[in-house]
Amino acid sequence: MTESVDTPISDVAVAALDAEIGLGNRIVVENLNIYYGDFLAVRDVNMVIEPRSVTALIGPSGCGKSTFIRSLNRMHEVIDGARVEGSVYVDGEDLYGPGVDPVAVRRKVGMVFQRPNPFPTMSIADNVLAGKRLNSRRINKSEAEDLVEKSLRGANLWEEVKDRLDKPGSGLSGGQQQRLCIARAIAVEPEILLMDEPCSALDPISTLAIEQLMNELKSTYTIVIVTHNMQQAARVSSRTAFFTIDGTGQPGYVVEMDDTDVMFSNPKQQSTIDYVTGRFG
Amino acid sequence: MTITDTPPGGDTVVAPTETTSKLGDRIFGGISLGAGILILVTLAAVALFLFVEAWPTFGADPGEFNESFVSYVAPLLFGTIWAASLALLMALPLAVGVALFISHYAPKRIAVTLGYFIDLLAAIPSVVFGLWGIAVLAPILSRSVYPWLEDNLGFLPFFAGPASTSGRTMMTAAVVLAVMILPIITAISREVFLQTPRLHEEASLALGATKWEMIQQAVLPYGRSGVISGAMLGLGRALGETMAVAIILSPANIITVNVISNQNPNTIAANIALKFPESAGLSVNRLIATGLVLFFVTFVVNALARRIANSGFSGADG
Repeated sequence: MTESVDTPISDVAVAALDAEIGLGNRIVVENLNIYYGDFLAVRDVNMVIEPRSVTALIGPSGCGKSTFIRSLNRMHEVIDGARVEGSVYVDGEDLYGPGVDPVAVRRKVGMVFQRPNPFPTMSIADNVLAGKRLNSRRINKSEAEDLVEKSLRGANLWEEVKDRLDKPGSGLSGGQQQRLCIARAIAVEPEILLMDEPCSALDPISTLAIEQLMNELKSTYTIVIVTHNMQQAARVSSRTAFFTIDGTGQPGYVVEMDDTDVMFSNPKQQSTIDYVTGRFG
Repeated sequence: MTITDTPPGGDTVVAPTETTSKLGDRIFGGISLGAGILILVTLAAVALFLFVEAWPTFGADPGEFNESFVSYVAPLLFGTIWAASLALLMALPLAVGVALFISHYAPKRIAVTLGYFIDLLAAIPSVVFGLWGIAVLAPILSRSVYPWLEDNLGFLPFFAGPASTSGRTMMTAAVVLAVMILPIITAISREVFLQTPRLHEEASLALGATKWEMIQQAVLPYGRSGVISGAMLGLGRALGETMAVAIILSPANIITVNVISNQNPNTIAANIALKFPESAGLSVNRLIATGLVLFFVTFVVNALARRIANSGFSGADG
């Protein structure tokens, strides 16, 4: 592993080794600064995200959680002028290394958004297959049917939609649409699933369904979730990182990261205590 | 702090304006209703005029003209639809391409400048286009393009020739029409492409789509009905275009798909413009009757377009 030579932290090498022996895809973030043009939005993030578990990112509005999670699959670059300094290693490979194609990164690191966004012109089945069709143009019919069923079952949606796979996805309820988006994301078999406040537009029952789903998915995928809901973080995640911001115009940063039960019972930093006990934010 | 700063009577401020806003509502409602009715009345007036003035043709003694109305109008009708379709065929892909370039590819400054120039293209009077067609485009095409088409693609009925030496062909007319309808299709396509929800674009990109794949997956389906509407507005303009075609085309009373010869079917609108000054009596009625046919064609085209635009899942639903 040549990475271990020129990087100070051996996390990268460990992660590469883990990936090689099948322990999953640890994400190692090193000295990450995220900019929009000249504006520094998030500063100096160092983080290790454990494979096959749920990691929650919490913090007040505007602290850069969403910006940070979008930098994990290079989606923030979609915005004009957005760029990063630093590195994000997955399987020991830097996502921001020279010659790395963001398109390839996004095929490996899937994403679910704040608001459900199925393609309105496509049927439910076509929505699930949307990503697969990008990867391999031709996919035969029985394969496609199998993949649709497998992905929808994986997203706990199969029983509800199996009789109307050819109907538009926009006809589903908000919670169903969000699970359809999760099915679409896992259909391309990513290694990592990023969820940017996936339940913020959903009612409590749909939220519960998504949380149960995350519990099942974490045995296969490395999941990172941004949430405003601290109870949700406590319910679904094993590790939690707390982001904050010192004031408007200041960059967001990570205050601390620890096991979720520690973060909510006995955090080290005063600002974390203030936040998780509801004294601010 | 901010909570106590709010004026305590904040909600009572609305009360005095309530009656005036009701009145305003009623006035505005009346104006928009009036506008809607005015459109229908105008349309009805035009239709009525065409019917009344065209009527004598159909009741006329068959010996009045040396051909029946149907055989008179058939080549014109064909020429109208043929010219407009060719123009649309050329303009639509180009317009969608330019619109995509402006909305998704070009750097902002270039996009704005280009958009401005294309809008400018829409402001050029059709007579200028006609003059440009006959003075610039026709000689170029007849010198370099038509002979080549005849020699190499002459086996296709479209390019059977003999190639016109003046360049006053259906092809020249269609190219000019295409340039004329390009701005409107581009402008409308650009607007709908720009309105593609960011969520849909990001959904596609997050699945690992390249930019072009994202456009196919998110932008084009969303813009589909808008592009069709734009195309139909363009087609409508091409169907009714008079001056440019009248200047360029060398007409004959035939039906042919040959687009590079001197013998071309005329269009209804251009035919009316050319013949009207020298017509009198029943001939005028006959010209107006061809206008009525054009009116129907436009009507049918619009109805068809609406059906196409509304079929399938509409992108605007989501």
